[in-house]
Amino acid sequence: MKEIFGYYVDKPLNNDQLTVKFSPSSISIKDRWKNNGLSADFMADYLTTFFPKDDSDVGAQKQVEIKSTASYIANELLENSMKYCDYSVRLPITIQLQLDADQIRFFVTNSINKDSIEGFKNFIEELVVADPQELYFNQLEKNAENPDNTASGLGLLSMINDYSAMLGWKFEIIQEKPEILAVTTMVQVSI
Amino acid sequence: MEILGDNYKVCYETTSATINFHGSLRLNGMEEYAPILKLLNDVVDSNPARITLNLMHLDFLNSSGITMLSKFVIGMRTNKSMHMMILGANSIPWQSKLLKNLQKLMPNLNLKMV
Repeated sequence: MKEIFGYYVDKPLNNDQLTVKFSPSSISIKDRWKNNGLSADFMADYLTTFFPKDDSDVGAQKQVEIKSTASYIANELLENSMKYCDYSVRLPITIQLQLDADQIRFFVTNSINKDSIEGFKNFIEELVVADPQELYFNQLEKNAENPDNTASGLGLLSMINDYSAMLGWKFEIIQEKPEILAVTTMVQVSI
Repeated sequence: MEILGDNYKVCYETTSATINFHGSLRLNGMEEYAPILKLLNDVVDSNPARITLNLMHLDFLNSSGITMLSKFVIGMRTNKSMHMMILGANSIPWQSKLLKNLQKLMPNLNLKMV
């Protein structure tokens, strides 16, 4: 089984890639959480190598912007993967950064519990058809009313609303017996 | 009033009624942001004529932090007696995006990018 939603680029790139892989359950989520920022900043720093500062202020500003965008997106994707992965199965979380001519793509793969797939797909369908800006502000208002509304998808919405990101998802069965399901979230931004 | 974390500091400067944010805020969900939101609300409860949120030294804010700040700003919409200003830095790209969004939530919010 393989199901694709949204805008998903399912082809390996020959260009530069950087992959970070880790086992989510080896240490507690509280301790692991700190590494999200470290990994995200590392990926963002790594990326700036490919956009060297020239002598102009424009080049320097562009580098700062790319770093800020990459760090935010990678951090949100890592936070989501840790919040929503299925801790009962042993599947590492993988985050990969691909560099294309004028785009960067993040791919984050994590396990997902069968019971939470439907809710996630419903959210994706809403995200794909709705006006992202309207959805973003509705979500902020809703979150302000209801503090328990933790799974708000605001991170993904902000990527679309604030960074004009293109998002896609791939759901697949990694293993049949016992069944392991995984979702890969792809985020593409133009640079 | 001050909250000190591994990579961040949020402190209230009474004389200027300014809440200063420093470092990187990547806390896990609204539960972990509750102490910061409480600090902000405590400042409002102390009833100064104006308050300033200074984000100029805040390098990073995750989406849960955006939710927390938005919640505070939404709460301030009904507070007609207090003037609120948010200070951001032009050199930190995400701040202009955030401040623009906060202004949409509260059109009479006073923003200053330095």
